[in-house]
Amino acid sequence: MSILEGLRLAVNGLLSNRLRSALTMLGILIGVSAVILLVGVGNGATVAVQQQIQSLGSNLLTVFPSNARSAGGVQQGFGTGSSFTLDDVKAIANQQTSPDVVTAIPSAGGRAQLTYGNQNWNSSLTGTTQDFPSVRNYQLASGQFFSSGEVDAASKVAVIGPTVATNLFGSADPIGQVMKINRQNFRVIGVFAPKGSSGGFNNQDDVVVVPITSAWSYLLGGRGKNIQQIYVEATSAQATTAATAEVTQVMLDRHHISDPTQADFQILSQQDVLASASQTTGVLTLMLGAIAGISLVVGGIGIMNIMLVTVTERTREIGIRKAIGARRQDILLQFLIESMFLSGLGGALGILVGFGLARLLPIAVSALPTPVISTPSVFLAFGISVGIGLFFGLYPANRAARLRPIEALRYE
Amino acid sequence: MITLEGITKVYRTGEVEVAALKGISLHIPEGEFVAIMGPSGSGKSTLMNLIGCLDQPSSGRYILDGYDVSALTDDQLAWIRNRKIGFVFQSYNLIPRASAVHNVEMPLIYAGDNLQRRERAMAALESVGLLERAGHLPSELSGGQQQRVAVARALVTDPAILLADEPTGNLDSESSLEIMKLLRDLNQQGRTIVLITHEPDIAAFAQRVVRVRDGVVVSDERPSIAAEMVR
Repeated sequence: MSILEGLRLAVNGLLSNRLRSALTMLGILIGVSAVILLVGVGNGATVAVQQQIQSLGSNLLTVFPSNARSAGGVQQGFGTGSSFTLDDVKAIANQQTSPDVVTAIPSAGGRAQLTYGNQNWNSSLTGTTQDFPSVRNYQLASGQFFSSGEVDAASKVAVIGPTVATNLFGSADPIGQVMKINRQNFRVIGVFAPKGSSGGFNNQDDVVVVPITSAWSYLLGGRGKNIQQIYVEATSAQATTAATAEVTQVMLDRHHISDPTQADFQILSQQDVLASASQTTGVLTLMLGAIAGISLVVGGIGIMNIMLVTVTERTREIGIRKAIGARRQDILLQFLIESMFLSGLGGALGILVGFGLARLLPIAVSALPTPVISTPSVFLAFGISVGIGLFFGLYPANRAARLRPIEALRYE
Repeated sequence: MITLEGITKVYRTGEVEVAALKGISLHIPEGEFVAIMGPSGSGKSTLMNLIGCLDQPSSGRYILDGYDVSALTDDQLAWIRNRKIGFVFQSYNLIPRASAVHNVEMPLIYAGDNLQRRERAMAALESVGLLERAGHLPSELSGGQQQRVAVARALVTDPAILLADEPTGNLDSESSLEIMKLLRDLNQQGRTIVLITHEPDIAAFAQRVVRVRDGVVVSDERPSIAAEMVR
């Protein structure tokens, strides 16, 4: 018997029990579409996280103070290690000693209460220098960023993120307006363009940026000339490794530390963050896929169940076919093709439904990342569904093939 | 054509062994029309299963068209059934979801014989006078018509013997007569036919009647020839 004959028989058999075939197929359809959709959501989360990290600047290094160096054998708590100075920042930015660094900026800040008229807003305050927009990948929507002169003079000027502008000024133009930051008057001279990525981590649009000198003088009272971290812009994403080495050397020299394991600072590149975030979302994708995979197995058991019923129902037909010359393999093939056709068609429809749901999901639930469906996952899902038909069809088909013709013929 | 030598068949149900056939020897030459008769429980159904290669004897030898069938595997038996035997059953045994012509060509499908398959199936249907019903499902045909489709299916592979098990058991007397005339015509064209029945007037169509009782052959006669000799 040829495969084509088998396929004709299978279609014929499935059509004779339309509702039952459709319901059985539904099991596989749901399983496959769940796999496609959930793996798509996992991939979408990965892409979203990667984009968010990239938007911080893929060539960005962050230098943190570290407690690794123990003074007099006493291990100190996080953040209590020696802080950085503006001279550290200047040394890192020095082109002679660190050719792979474009520039470096200090950062100090915390939460700040902003007031304008009767409006209040709590935002994230950063004190820094004039190179902040280029290092942190910010564009200005209107106005301008503060200059090195304004940093030197500790001018009371501020640049705000679009979230702050909306919440504090509404539709009015914030440029030139004077608002209060922690009860100190600051003039708004610029508004950042939205970075787009919101939710998840820190909202990068909900920020207020002032000269670090002004922050020290008026806003971060009592804490002295503290720099919490230094942002370093490498010449390119590829140069981050070389830049990390250069910055490490400069800092070790300046802090008179000979053993790199005793360094009182830590350097984190966006590449590191990206790698660990990708790993996390990868696990998420795998887990979602596994959960969906369970429903696929349940669908497979449904196929096996129905195939067993079908074999019992058609015992007499099997007897007739055997009497007129069907061999074991002919009967085996007939029922295997039937179960594989059932699961394969269910799988194909499941792929279509999965695609459809992936389109609809972001519209229905805006908080979820847009699912990203990869071509290999589609082929894999289809292959697995056909494989499930083969696996779960094997037992019923084998049972049919082993029936003895006289007993099968006598079956009522 | 068919030679049975000391065929026995023992069924085991739990502890009890039941001997359905207790040593049957029979020779059926090519072109003969034989009726095997016997009351129910006589072992004639068992004999028909053995002749039809649906079952194998407990002991003895069975030669069909030169093949020793007693020691074949399941797949080899399937091949013998496909090529050497045409079955006609009491309850027609057509596949309900397949059209008449598809039922008829089914043995050819399992033979892997695709040469002019549809044409040969149509020719077989024509020989039983059902050409115009080729596209009908079995449920759309009368009992007599269904049995003629079954005869066409039995003939399509040009088998060595036609094995008819109570072919008129489910039919009215008019349809019965039609089927028996069809079988007689086929025999006159040279087809070997083995007919299993318990009705004497059906057996009367055969040239030779073998009576079976309690698993042994009790008589083997050629009534028509005997009648001629008396005359």
